[in-house]
Amino acid sequence: MPADPRILSAQGFTRRTFLYRAASTAALPLSVEAAARPAAQVGAASAAASVTLRINGQAYPLSLDPRTTLLDAIRDHAGLTGTKKGCGHGQCGACTVHLDGRRVLSCLTFALMGAGHEITTIEGLRAGGAGLHPMQQAFIDQDAFQCGYCTPGQIMSAIACVREGHASSAGEIREYMSGNLCRCAAYPNILAAIEQAKDATT
Amino acid sequence: MERFAYQREASVEGAVSAARETAAAQFVAGATNLVDYMALGLLRPRTLVDINTLPERYARIDSNDARLRFGALVRMGEAEDHPVVRTRYPVIQQALALAASRQIRNMATLGGNVLQRTRCEYFRGSGFACNKRVPGSGCEALDGVNRAHAVLGTSENCIATYAGDLAQALIALDATVETAGAAAGARRIPFAQLHHLPGATPHIETALARGELITYIDVPAGPWTSRSRYVKVRDRDSYQFALASAAVALHVEGGVVRAARIALGGVATVPWRAHEAEAVLTGQRLDEALASRAAEAAFAGAQPRRHNAFKVPLGKRTLVRALLETQAMSVAHET
Repeated sequence: MPADPRILSAQGFTRRTFLYRAASTAALPLSVEAAARPAAQVGAASAAASVTLRINGQAYPLSLDPRTTLLDAIRDHAGLTGTKKGCGHGQCGACTVHLDGRRVLSCLTFALMGAGHEITTIEGLRAGGAGLHPMQQAFIDQDAFQCGYCTPGQIMSAIACVREGHASSAGEIREYMSGNLCRCAAYPNILAAIEQAKDATT
Repeated sequence: MERFAYQREASVEGAVSAARETAAAQFVAGATNLVDYMALGLLRPRTLVDINTLPERYARIDSNDARLRFGALVRMGEAEDHPVVRTRYPVIQQALALAASRQIRNMATLGGNVLQRTRCEYFRGSGFACNKRVPGSGCEALDGVNRAHAVLGTSENCIATYAGDLAQALIALDATVETAGAAAGARRIPFAQLHHLPGATPHIETALARGELITYIDVPAGPWTSRSRYVKVRDRDSYQFALASAAVALHVEGGVVRAARIALGGVATVPWRAHEAEAVLTGQRLDEALASRAAEAAFAGAQPRRHNAFKVPLGKRTLVRALLETQAMSVAHET
């Protein structure tokens, strides 16, 4: 399986563009339904607030319902779908991003609270250069995933774990990575990936 | 989730008056417990007052020989990594490091964490009778699935367990919270008076008035603070709430316990100070037999129910282990 999604895009479709097209088709009946709602209800649900989020060094001016979580803003409004929605209740870690360099759960905070902070997602890891981050490469080298759904959160968490200084032993890595669940149970390989990449992670 | 208005306040005065003037206003800092419980429909604030931009002094850790002082906005993860907390107040460091996950600890503030709401499934699930959620509606946990529920500090109206860890360390060390926004202005509340037993009013959980905000948490240094430890027992080894926990601090001189500070978690409705167990230890040489007697005293008033009777022996063993491990610590800074 190619490691780089851009290889697939040479054939005209990435998984992501396919999903986008499928989603925009599916969304049509919903828009019709929304237009048929009484005006007051639409207004109540769409009392929007303006906020500019800085994600991966780029400014995203967004108009959001205050109830929007940072996770939903990143995925559905900024269009950065690398960050995954697992449980939505802070129990799985799939939504882990960095806020001013610290790993946080984007599902447990509102997007409006992200204003004024530097947010980094999995897409931002290669902002500085063309290659994969050493932690991404280590996850590939060590086969540290099966389905891959938890992987962006695992990698963001792992990088922060190393930077915090909590990767000094296998036991410490396990404890400080316990907020990231992997239903495929790739844990031994995730541990091996972090051990591989920790000296190259700054 | 219901709609709410959102505002940021850059001063304590502004935050407090915003919270007072708006019905059903809620302070928000780390947001971890709040977003979850709002998503569940359990909490329905009409206004969120974001206090993350309060002056930097509320996000600082200060210490001297007499005390440790946390700004309420200090994140759990910062306190956990702080060298003074680690070396001089290990029970606080361990209670923090064993709570939740690092991501959550990077978000959650100390002031918010001590006010964490219960994980009682009958409280969290809106389809159940719950005196905490809807006063007077009853308590389905009493005769329901109550394996995770409390055996100490319960009433016939509520047996929900206090969920946090840090609070056990703070109540054991006689911490004080400083607040703003009470009718009389700033005040200091002994940590032991911050949380209310459920009694007949389980919905009244703390001594805080509407619009009152925790600003600082002070922990006095004592000859016992360096020799201190938090032991947490749970269904899985990490990222899990306690079934039983014990915060212990000991002042030992020549093999004799001069002073003991003990609190229990996972087994009580509020952060639980075990004065009876402390009295058993004071002036005695600590061995396993004495530790067991202290544990018996701590749980003498336990009221187990159908599924949680195991917490009585588990809680006792947890305390015995914590006492013996605390005694065995090699302490550099003991005075």
